[in-house]
Order: sequence, then structure tokens, then C-alpha cells
Amino acid sequence: MSEFFHMGGYAAFVWPSFGITAAVMIAIVIDSWRGFVRERDTLEKLQSQRAKRKAP
Amino acid sequence: MNRFFSLVRRDVSLAFRQGSASTMVVMFFVLTVTLFPLGVGPEANILQRISSGVLWVAAMLASMLSLDRLFQADFEDGSLDLLTLGSLPLEVTVLAKCLAHWLTTGLPLIIIAPVLGVLLHLEPSGFVTLMITMLLGTPTLSLIGAIGAALTVGVRRGGVLLSLLVIPLYIPVLIFGVGAIDAAIGGLTERPHLLVLGAMLLGSVALCPWAAAAALKLNLE
Amino acid sequence: MQTLHKFANPARFVRMSSALLPWMAGLSAVLIVVGLYLGFFVAPADYQQGESMRIMFVHVPSAWMSMFIYSGMAIASATGLIWKHPVADLMAKASAPVGAGFTFATLASGSLWGQPMWGTWWVWDARLTSYLILFFLYIGYMALWEAFDDPQRAGKAAAILALVGAVNVPIIKFSVDWWNTLHQPASVMKMDGPAIHASMLVPLLTMALGFTAFYIAVVIVRTQREIMARKVRTLRMAQVNQ
Repeated sequence: MSEFFHMGGYAAFVWPSFGITAAVMIAIVIDSWRGFVRERDTLEKLQSQRAKRKAP
Repeated sequence: MNRFFSLVRRDVSLAFRQGSASTMVVMFFVLTVTLFPLGVGPEANILQRISSGVLWVAAMLASMLSLDRLFQADFEDGSLDLLTLGSLPLEVTVLAKCLAHWLTTGLPLIIIAPVLGVLLHLEPSGFVTLMITMLLGTPTLSLIGAIGAALTVGVRRGGVLLSLLVIPLYIPVLIFGVGAIDAAIGGLTERPHLLVLGAMLLGSVALCPWAAAAALKLNLE
Repeated sequence: MQTLHKFANPARFVRMSSALLPWMAGLSAVLIVVGLYLGFFVAPADYQQGESMRIMFVHVPSAWMSMFIYSGMAIASATGLIWKHPVADLMAKASAPVGAGFTFATLASGSLWGQPMWGTWWVWDARLTSYLILFFLYIGYMALWEAFDDPQRAGKAAAILALVGAVNVPIIKFSVDWWNTLHQPASVMKMDGPAIHASMLVPLLTMALGFTAFYIAVVIVRTQREIMARKVRTLRMAQVNQ
């Protein structure tokens, strides 16, 4: 197992490159999802406000 | 054709009236080049080695310096609206403006470049090629820059954005401009580099006014 | 053309893409896990580069994605400009940060691969240099979107820039290759190495497909977000006008 993580002496290069790529992809997912939820909530709030104002 | 040249004449005379934009551009060019010996040291062989690159990079930055004024003044005072309504197609108007920009910035740079070449110990065999590459390259810079200027014409603090957009597009001109000079100095043939530079000039004459006019139209809507 | 018009309706786009989203997300997760397994446990270490060769399994797919996403952006921009397709501009906008992210990952993993192979973190290698310029193109594109208040105008301006950039990318690539052959640094070890063997090609392609599915899933989420942002904008404007 430790031999696997050792990567034939290249551990310091192999793991960071996978790590950076993973970090970039996770950051993209988090950013996309957060933005999605934020816009969805604002949209729902605005639409319910509109509905309320029209109701009475 | 007459209207084309009258537009060029108008822009050139305007540029000279506005506190001679050309002098500023040339001064910027000279000052930037002066920084290099101060930065890397006065050894003649180092300066000689980097002279072609320094001259081209500095010329690129200098010609970019006045780009944000290319359409801005006419946009602000409304004369750009008039120009779009005129009989001249907007693409031709853009071409005229690029020509005026080149006459007021590119041409002075070409005239002063050999003097700076002497200061940087450029090899004597490189001077003619330096002039030719600049003659072919600086109009391309004005044309590509026009796209950036047209895209950012209505934007606040568009100057920095403009350089961000335009510098990556300038890279091929830089590579072949410097490549030709280095080839001439190294005793190789500079002809392929010059042909590519010429091709890029022709390509940008054909395509850039079109893209810049489209960008101007959307900003004038 | 028919299918294009189906997508042109934002509501229909939301419906169809929402149905596609879980499949793409799942597919991407499965493919990446399988690709990692094949890359780490099945593919043999390179006889020349040793285990460091495994960096290829993220570096090369990221590089492919950087180019692929830029072309996708250019096609979406052209669609938006020519057919006034309302979702196309938003898809292009949604793609840019993903493309920039993959370009960054390409540069970072390339640099980490370069250190053991070339002995330095950065070499002005033709490929690394072109990707650096591509990264700047992405940044410029995103900055132009941000510069306008009116999203309609921003979309058109950004579309023009994307097309100008797309025309330039091959020219930049060509000139950087030319420049690199002139300034070939001594004793550069080529990254290509020997011809790619199937045991490496399969994990490579698996990872690339996984990244593509990832991109599609993320772009669906981001485009839907942009569609909602546009609705929020119109609702706010309507509120002000009341």
C-alpha cells in the first residue's frame, strides 16, 4: 500500500496533479450548485411576492 | 473613396489637435525601451541579444496605449452615430479609423525604432528587416486592436480590459516580427517570416473591420 | 435545425436538460472512477518515465477539455449571433469558467509533470505556452461578460470575442510551434515518449469521456442558473416599473 502511495519516488508530483485537478473540478461543482440554489431561491421569492400582490 | 480619405484626414488632424497623441506614443516607446538597459544591465552582448524582442514588445505596448481612444471620443460626442448613418458602410469607416490610428501611432514608431535599435546595439544586419517587419506588423496591430476597442467602447474603465483582450491576439505578430529580425541577424532567410506577417496583415484587413463593425453596432444600439 | 429550435425555448431546454442531468452526472462519476482504477492499477508504469507517467491520465484529458470547451463556446456563440438563439449565449457563458478551470488544471499538472521530466517547473514548451495563452483568452472572455450591465449586450460582445478568438487559436498555435522550433531549448525530453500502448489508451479515453460527461452536467446546471438569473432580472425590472 505504501508502495502505491510512494509512486516510485514521484509521489510529490503525481498526487498534487491529481489533487489540483480534483480540486478544480470540485470547486466548479460547488460554485455551479451554489449559484443554482441562490438563483432558484431568489426566483421563488420574487414569484411568491408577485403572487401575493396579485391575490388581494 | 473620397469620403474614406476625408474621414482619415479628419481623424489624423483630430489626433494632432488633441495634444499630439503621436508624441505621447513615441515617448512611451522610448521610455519603455530605456527601462531595459537599466533593468538588465548595460552589457552590449545581452542587449544585442534581446534588442529585437524588446523593440517589438515595446512597440506593441505603445500602439496599444492609444487604442482606447480609437472610437471612444466619437462614441461619447455622438459622431459615431452619425458615421453609422452616413453613406459609408461601418466596416469601411472602421478601416479608415484604423488607417488613421496607424498613421498617428504605427508610423511614428517605425521612424523612431532604428534609433532605439542603435541604443540597444541591434546588429547592423537587422535594421532593414526591423523596418520591414514593423511596416507589415503595426497595421495588423491597429486592425486587431480595433476589435478590442470596439468591444469595450461603452465600458467603464475599458482600457485595462482592452489590453487583456488584445494582448493574446497580438502574440502571433510579435513572434513573427521578432523571428524575422533574428533570422536576418543569424544569416538565415527572413522571407518566410515576412510572408506570414504579410498574410496576417491581409487577413486582418479582410476580417477585423467586419468584427469591429459588428461590435460597434451592438454598442450603439 | 428542428432540434436546435426545440432547445431555443428556455423552458423546454430546462425540461430536457433536467432529464439529462442525473444521467450525465452518474456517467461522469462512474467513468472517472473506472478511469482512475485502470490508470493506477491496470496501466503499467512507463519504462522511461516510471510512475510519473500516470500524471498523463489527468493532464491529457484536461488539455483535451480545454480545447473542446473553447470550440464549444465558439459554436454556441456563432449560434447565438446568427440565429439569435437565447440559450446559446448562456451556454457559452456557462462553459467559460469550466474551460478556464480545465486549462488551469492542464497547466498545473503539466508543470508538475515537467519538474521530474525536465528538471524545472516551467519550460516554454510549445504546448504549455499555447495553453497559457488559451487560459488568457478564457480570462478575457469572462472579463468581457462582467464588464457590461446589460446581459443581452454582454452576450453579443462576448460572442464576437469568442469567434475572433476561435479564428486566432489555430494561428496562435501555429506561431507558437514555429517560435518553439526556433528556440528549442537543449536537452528537452519530449512528453510524448513512446507510442501509446492500449493499456494506457483505454484509461486515457475513459477519463476523457468522464470529463466530457462532467462538463455536460456542469454546463446544464450553470445554464439553468443563467436562465433563472435572467428571469430574476426581468421580474425585478417589472417590480421597479410598477
